[in-house]
Amino acid sequence: MHKLASLLFTLGLAFLLMGLAAQLPLGATPMGIGADILQRTPAEIGSANIVTAVVLAYRGIDTLGELAILFAAATTAGMVLSPGGAARKPRADAGLVLRAGSDLLFPLLLVVGFYIVLHGHLTPGGGFQGGVVLAAAFFVSFLARAEKQPSHTGLTLIEALAGAAFIGIGLAALFGGGAFLQPLFDHGALGALVSAGSLPLLYLAVGLKVGAELASLLAHLAE
Amino acid sequence: MIMNLNPPDLITLLVAGGVGLIAIGAVGLAVSRHLLRLVLALGLAEAGANLLLVVAGYRWDAVAPILAGAAPAGAMVDPVPQAMVLTAIVIGVGVQALAVALLIRVKEAYGTLDIRELKVLLERDISAAAGLAPPCSAHGPDYPHPPGAALPVPLATSKESA
Repeated sequence: MHKLASLLFTLGLAFLLMGLAAQLPLGATPMGIGADILQRTPAEIGSANIVTAVVLAYRGIDTLGELAILFAAATTAGMVLSPGGAARKPRADAGLVLRAGSDLLFPLLLVVGFYIVLHGHLTPGGGFQGGVVLAAAFFVSFLARAEKQPSHTGLTLIEALAGAAFIGIGLAALFGGGAFLQPLFDHGALGALVSAGSLPLLYLAVGLKVGAELASLLAHLAE
Repeated sequence: MIMNLNPPDLITLLVAGGVGLIAIGAVGLAVSRHLLRLVLALGLAEAGANLLLVVAGYRWDAVAPILAGAAPAGAMVDPVPQAMVLTAIVIGVGVQALAVALLIRVKEAYGTLDIRELKVLLERDISAAAGLAPPCSAHGPDYPHPPGAALPVPLATSKESA
């Protein structure tokens, strides 16, 4: 009875959503914001990836809030899962193949991660995506080697410094006469690696912060 | 196969996929009694919502909002929904990681993740901690104490007098 009722409820919900979606002018956006941003970004921000311009320049303070939420979630999960005096379970060693594989993967993952982070203003990707790859680089070697313990102090230090750098760049723009988190520096040539002002620096801070947070979160979950 | 569809059909397909994911997640939320399955169902519904948001800015005749040269080449899709979905995905990851961390502790404390068993155990613990009588009759079938366990002393302000 309970299952039947919930199935009926879900069918109704699906019909409601489909009815709403059929009325929506999909593809023809009723707001002019997107078109405006598309037009202005090359001159105002100078980043080839316009989604990055939205995330870091037009909605930069939103991204700061997003980082705060991720920080709160990672910190709370760490508090909930911290061993609290209980002895850590010894982990089994992963064997030769996995250890060699993780050693091979580590530099490649680092390169790919930093590539995705540093090209966030040019190609699809950015600090969040690249940060996840960086976290995976450290987590793979942590999983493969039983004797290796993640340094939670180091991870916290990276995370704190990256977060402070993000806010510091925003404050520098504020005291430089602009708005908080307004892009600094020259735009440079559109599509060049060093372009779009302070956006690559902001994304580097985001990437390091996300990478350190996810690495410590995964290490807590694994312990 | 997707490329051969007409643009309106493609958008209908994508919207149906998003709504379908939300519906599957809602069914999972309503039907499943295992807490980890609830978290997974929430993730499915979240994926559907994200897909609907991206489709809202989709145009079949436009390219991705990335400038290839100095001038924008042709029409580009709306970048605002994509940036919002990026935010939503990151927050979803944080929420799910926190939920799983809490589930690990629940499993350690109670040894089960079934919400019906957890409800009984939690009600017993909350009543014991507050010093209240358990919220049901001692003669009922759901009395939340195993036979032989020490019963808390019922207070004068029990359910019948309230």
